[in-house]
Amino acid sequence: MQTPKTIIEKIWEQHVVHREEGKPDLLYIDLHLVHEVTSPQAFDGLRLNGRKVRRPDLTFATMDHNIPTRQRQVIHDPISKKQIDTLVQNCREFGITLADLHHPDNGIVHVIGPELGLTQPGKTIVCGDSHTSTHGAFGALAFGIGTSEVEHVLATQTLWQAKPKTLNVKVNGRLGTGVTAKDLILAIIAKFGVKFGTGYVVEYTGEAIRAMSMEERMTVCNMSIEGGARAGLISPDETTFNYLRGRRYVPQGAAFEEAVARWKALATDEGAIYDEVIEINADEVAPQVTWGTNPGMCIPVTANVPSPDDTDKPNEKEEIQRALEYMGLKAGQPISSVKIDHVFIGSCTNSRLSDLRKAAEVIRGRKVSPSVTAIVVPGSFSVKLAAEQEGLDQVFKEAGFEWREAGCSMCLGMNDDIIPSGERCASTSNRNFEGRQGKGARTHLVSPEMAAAAAITGRFVDVRTFTAQEVR
Amino acid sequence: MEPLRIHQGLVVPLNRPNIDTDQIIPKQFLKRIERSGFGQFLFYNWRFDDQGNPRPDFPLNAPQYKGASILVAGENFGCGSSREHAPWAVQDFGFKVIIAPSYADIFKNNCVKNGILAIQANEEQVQIIMKKAETEGYTVTVNLEEQVVYDHDGFEFHFEIAPYPKEMLLNGWDEIGVTLTYEEKIKQYELSSIR
Repeated sequence: MQTPKTIIEKIWEQHVVHREEGKPDLLYIDLHLVHEVTSPQAFDGLRLNGRKVRRPDLTFATMDHNIPTRQRQVIHDPISKKQIDTLVQNCREFGITLADLHHPDNGIVHVIGPELGLTQPGKTIVCGDSHTSTHGAFGALAFGIGTSEVEHVLATQTLWQAKPKTLNVKVNGRLGTGVTAKDLILAIIAKFGVKFGTGYVVEYTGEAIRAMSMEERMTVCNMSIEGGARAGLISPDETTFNYLRGRRYVPQGAAFEEAVARWKALATDEGAIYDEVIEINADEVAPQVTWGTNPGMCIPVTANVPSPDDTDKPNEKEEIQRALEYMGLKAGQPISSVKIDHVFIGSCTNSRLSDLRKAAEVIRGRKVSPSVTAIVVPGSFSVKLAAEQEGLDQVFKEAGFEWREAGCSMCLGMNDDIIPSGERCASTSNRNFEGRQGKGARTHLVSPEMAAAAAITGRFVDVRTFTAQEVR
Repeated sequence: MEPLRIHQGLVVPLNRPNIDTDQIIPKQFLKRIERSGFGQFLFYNWRFDDQGNPRPDFPLNAPQYKGASILVAGENFGCGSSREHAPWAVQDFGFKVIIAPSYADIFKNNCVKNGILAIQANEEQVQIIMKKAETEGYTVTVNLEEQVVYDHDGFEFHFEIAPYPKEMLLNGWDEIGVTLTYEEKIKQYELSSIR
């Protein structure tokens, strides 16, 4: 009998092009996703050296970071415009399929990959974007790369990669009502820190993970990088196959069933050994709110903001103090007492149809607090369309939300969607770093449901008790 | 890429953990399509106030650290976004070497591609250098070949680096050029794999 293997080892071994002592492995890349921000210098490098794109057919481009969400065709910033135009020219010159601004496939790169069925189990997937880990939800080995590596993949369809260590994050039990995939991944990062996954590829296992939809799994894998792991994945199962069946880029008919048979064999074998295993109990996870300036600075909505006195280590004291000052919070204050000015529902973490449905459920029949500006930015053109067909746009608009066009938007504010300095945002995105949503902006990461409830009340509130209240 | 073998330089301390790439280079500077000129934006929100004036209390603005080429920082340096604009900014500002207890994986890779040596030292060694770098004109020498860092005062430590990035840095290789010599193997792989 063969030694039991993890899915990580199986995918890795299937993609080694060349192996020799003292070198990383030369790994084949099955899918390269490209966007406008991290690619121009890579295409320039190719031109400079007279090189071609080796496999345009395995390369797919979209534009998402700079896209305006009010009128997407009108880009006021000339430098943003140039970056967008440059991608159009590069894709034309090198023969790469591009979902441009006007294309119905356009959207956030990590939303459209799965939507179109480009993302499939067992693939190696890279993109010049750290949230490429999202695609791991399908049992793909997907990770973010820098622009030099983008150029390397364009030219050779390979990357030199040292074999990563494997880490199993075991999620025991089930999440409670009102507790989401977002809360789970935030709780994992809060518990194990922002670098527990550095040097590892994470596989998420356990009952709570199996019970999740594909969109929930994507939320979990998306934020692997916030725990330091370049890639986080989940072994594929019927949920995965049912999601993929019939999507444009997956094999169709009998070929799909053959693919399913191959994909099933990828799942981690019983008894496979990981380099490391950590565990968390899902039933102990409450809705989370970040209070500080990295995703690990996170507490349950029922808790109080920490104090520098909570630790003996001088470095940590200073870090907490700095974060409190930046965030304008007092040590020990209940997080539920914090008033907010903005709500952002969107980003590659939480902008899919199910995210919008759940947020809409919370606000249906209610009104956004007069002190709050709230926007919804769907993850893709097709998410927007589907939501509109269900009338979700009406629910949001009637409550006082702005219903915007698709894009990365306020997750990082490369377009016009920026939080003014000193103002506070409940955001369904993935990073609460200083200045992430605008210089001096204060970001609190939450689930779509928690963001929706915060929009109504103007402060953080436990969505589990909030939704139980009657709509007045 | 320029080879890096031995480098002596002025050390500037940045004693903070978890410095993310959004701090190293804020998003408003990612729109350029060139690879050069990012140094002026390095740590922009920390270096400059809302009016664009240098903050005197930020180490990189202090006259004593002008011309520094070695950056010492806290753990998990370069976490967050994969933007290679971060190492481009670090390099364009004049840094050749970073010393920290740990780095984010993508950032560390990006450094190698740009000829920046990111040395992983232990917490104690980093704190010693941080302390010493408070005195004016503190320099260290980094010898990549021998994998050692030392100063004039007898302080010295050995560091680990994998053979491949070491070779890349020592020779300043164009990695794509090297990989293209494996063309036959890549072709074979494509023919043999089911896709």
